[in-house]
Amino acid sequence: MKSESLSNLQSILDKGDFAVTSECGPPRGADPEIIRKKGELLKGYVDAVNVTDNQTAIVRMSSIAACAHLVQLGLEPVMQMVTRDRNRIALQSDILGAYSLGIKNILCLSGDHQTFGSQPDAMNVFDIDSMNLVNMVKNMKTEGKDMSGFDLKSPPKMFIGAAANPFADPFEYRIIRLAKKIDAGADFIQTQCVYNMDRFKEWMRLAREEGLTEKTHILAGVTPLKSERMAKYMASKVAGMDVPESLIKRMGDVPKEKAAEEGIRICVETIAGLREIKGVHGIHIMAIEWEEKVGPIVEAAGLSPRPQAA
Amino acid sequence: MIVGKQKPIAEIKEIISPYKKVLVLGCGTCVKTCFAGGEDEVATLSSALRLSCKKEGKDIYIEELTVERQCEDEFIREAAIAISKNSAVLSLACGAGVQAIARRFGDVPVLPGVNTTFIGVLEKQGLFTEECLGCGDCKLAAFGGICPVTRCAKKLQNGPCGGSQNGICEVNPDTECAWQQIITRLGNLGQLDNLKKYNPPKDWRPSHAGGPRKLVREDHFI
Repeated sequence: MKSESLSNLQSILDKGDFAVTSECGPPRGADPEIIRKKGELLKGYVDAVNVTDNQTAIVRMSSIAACAHLVQLGLEPVMQMVTRDRNRIALQSDILGAYSLGIKNILCLSGDHQTFGSQPDAMNVFDIDSMNLVNMVKNMKTEGKDMSGFDLKSPPKMFIGAAANPFADPFEYRIIRLAKKIDAGADFIQTQCVYNMDRFKEWMRLAREEGLTEKTHILAGVTPLKSERMAKYMASKVAGMDVPESLIKRMGDVPKEKAAEEGIRICVETIAGLREIKGVHGIHIMAIEWEEKVGPIVEAAGLSPRPQAA
Repeated sequence: MIVGKQKPIAEIKEIISPYKKVLVLGCGTCVKTCFAGGEDEVATLSSALRLSCKKEGKDIYIEELTVERQCEDEFIREAAIAISKNSAVLSLACGAGVQAIARRFGDVPVLPGVNTTFIGVLEKQGLFTEECLGCGDCKLAAFGGICPVTRCAKKLQNGPCGGSQNGICEVNPDTECAWQQIITRLGNLGQLDNLKKYNPPKDWRPSHAGGPRKLVREDHFI
């Protein structure tokens, strides 16, 4: 690929620099100022910003539109795209449209099931799964074709991401699935939030053994905890999340007004630990409705200023 | 078999309310097995309707009949006389049976008394589980005999998703993760290599996505 068409995130990872991405949830409304404000808080601290696609199956401003607002601000988005709401025709069409708006990164997901959201009476789509979506975007990039085999004029050349959850079951199969996603076309992987470092290290060891860290860029997910309550909620209510008891205790042992500070400290320590793991090429900071803390976390972790893209 | 569940009596009363003479028509096959519309359910429902209408001072005549299968013309014919004596039919068959009656008796209102739910099995006494969506292109050979189209809430062809924990689906704690079951079963069969294969996007044309389906067997034409 010509360097001028590379995304900022890709050029940083290709150079071997440690990448920092963050996340931005679009509003439940049509005001672009909300997304711009969130974007301004992140500007300069991260290499790219994930924009969620109706996360937790709650209707929000579309990921594409919110991404386009960030592009206008000079921020690089990672467009999240789920297979829950659109069939293959709509997905391909939206990818063409997104690329035309200057969106160069995509994260391919299946999406939270609609029964978790505010409109559980909705029908889902799931025409294809996230693995198929990764492969579709790859074929657009490398073959220049849509799923019908049609030669696209100006095919989109997205930097393709996929998610991995090292903490879900069955553990051994997680590496097989990671390998499948890489073979399908995942250039980078963003993981579920890491709280259980031992289990994450074990997962990374298996990934290295299979040679997967040579084939893709793994960005480890982190989410700063705001309170003991949040830690307990994440541990018990969020599927596929592994929060060790020791961390919940640590959050509970500090006075309530100091809990957020402690959560940030834990997050910075986690990042330091993740940087030591061979094959971890970056971090993905998911500060849920807490975007103003991303800058301070990046600074405290010694990851500021961000490298300039080539 | 086709599994169905009888509609709530209040809804049944509402849909039969315009009629004075109603035939409650059972079906002696699938819906009998799942206790929704066999002879016993016809009798129980008819008594309940008579009693309820009497209490409310409503004048209604209810006749009972059960045929072997409402989805086959040969058996439907047996109901012709009873149907001719009534002003509406409340069918306790699945949706196919209701429509077969409607097709045969063009000028009689046919009302559904059962919600048809799924193709499933009797897992144990009193528990029916969904096993097949009738997608028209069976790939059970690749998945160790467990269907991800039906039994994974996201129909994942390359699962499991990140929400599978301790063998349970994140969508419903009462549902086992189909992909965990597939992996366990492939392990038992010595076919774990199947998991490494990329399963391409499914062709949905043979499914209902292609519109209502027909099966033509010319060798059986008379």
